[in-house]
Amino acid sequence: MDKVISFEKAAGLVKDGATIMFGGFMANGTAEGIVDALVAINVQNLTIICNDSGYIDRGVGKLIVNKQCTKLITSHIGLNKETGRQMTAGEIEVVLTPQGTLVEQIRAGGYGLGGVLTRTGIGTLVADGKQTVDVDGVTYLLEKPLRADFAILGGSLVDKAGNITYKGSTNNFNNVMASAADIVIVEAEELVEVGQIDPNIVITPGIFVDYIAK
Amino acid sequence: MDKDQMQDFIAKRVAKELCEGSVVNLGIGLPTRVANFVPQGMTVHFQSENGFVGLGPTPAPEDADPNIVNAGGQPVTILPGGCFFDSATSFGIIRGGHVDLTVLGALQVDEAGNIANYMIPGKLVPGMGGAMDLLSGAKKVIVAMEHTAKGAAKILKQCNLPLTAVSAVDLIITEMGVIEVKSDGLHLIEINPEYTIEQVQEATEATLNIDNVSEMKG
Repeated sequence: MDKVISFEKAAGLVKDGATIMFGGFMANGTAEGIVDALVAINVQNLTIICNDSGYIDRGVGKLIVNKQCTKLITSHIGLNKETGRQMTAGEIEVVLTPQGTLVEQIRAGGYGLGGVLTRTGIGTLVADGKQTVDVDGVTYLLEKPLRADFAILGGSLVDKAGNITYKGSTNNFNNVMASAADIVIVEAEELVEVGQIDPNIVITPGIFVDYIAK
Repeated sequence: MDKDQMQDFIAKRVAKELCEGSVVNLGIGLPTRVANFVPQGMTVHFQSENGFVGLGPTPAPEDADPNIVNAGGQPVTILPGGCFFDSATSFGIIRGGHVDLTVLGALQVDEAGNIANYMIPGKLVPGMGGAMDLLSGAKKVIVAMEHTAKGAAKILKQCNLPLTAVSAVDLIITEMGVIEVKSDGLHLIEINPEYTIEQVQEATEATLNIDNVSEMKG
């Protein structure tokens, strides 16, 4: 199957009300081409799962500024003033989650686990309403798995089978999210033929990837 | 001291806590400055929560690689021997006790070593980012901050902002001195000679135990 599609075609797969995981950390490693295409078609009522809400003009921040996101699950919104404004105005629901917990919830969702037990957040607002589990005398919070309809990834070097490598710090949440969504789309900075990436250095296996946007 | 000098003064004192070969995570802002004062000849592995070890200095704008940023999204470099990884590995390092020291700023710290540094309800809600994981997983936690916020005490009997972590702080370093958090409360262990013990106590809501105070290491 040919996995390669355009940014527009990729964005067109997303319907109103979808839940989307976006890789990237302060827009470093975020699929900007697909984000722009999603802004252009103005798909609405999105739930976004991303480490942070980017900047007003970079990363998932553009979807927030364009008021396409009604729920955001994230660890940090401090560098996008519009997210804070919409939250205070009651226009967007923000679920603040510790970064290490968020990535493990996603990993659990993708790896067939029923959740994770962590000490992070004990004694804070994060623990409100959550079950605790004692293991050998230590109390942990039970954090449930997260999955999404789509994972939209940013890959540096991608082959046509969907195998991905990442440059610098662009990997961050991308690799983990690849396992945790029904439809996985990677935006390729550079696209090469099958066989042109040494299998020893592939980070995200192509079997996770449904579409490659270029 | 102006604000810039004060932050450097605090960062320089924090740097005295660094150990050869240790893995260290620095928060954004004042804590980032600690990297400028690593003792000559000492190797410290700085971890960047967005996914690498070997965090190096800020490059000249023309040398910046857009693929390499720090946890604040700013261009940085990676040193020889460093490596990149995904966020699951990064937080495995953090939560799993593989970070020897983390240095963070704070809005409030209290006598029990509780810390609040991620939100002021209704006013400022940046979020916790990786701070809750760092506080639960790092072997040693230093709070590096200005002693007061425009004159208002930040070192309190009990934090009244939402907590980032419970009983997590080991050492508080400010421009006025160094305070150790012990099971029986806060101990002033070093003082900046520009201040008197009375002045430090006055700027601190929590009660300071003062048994063995030495001059602040510069």
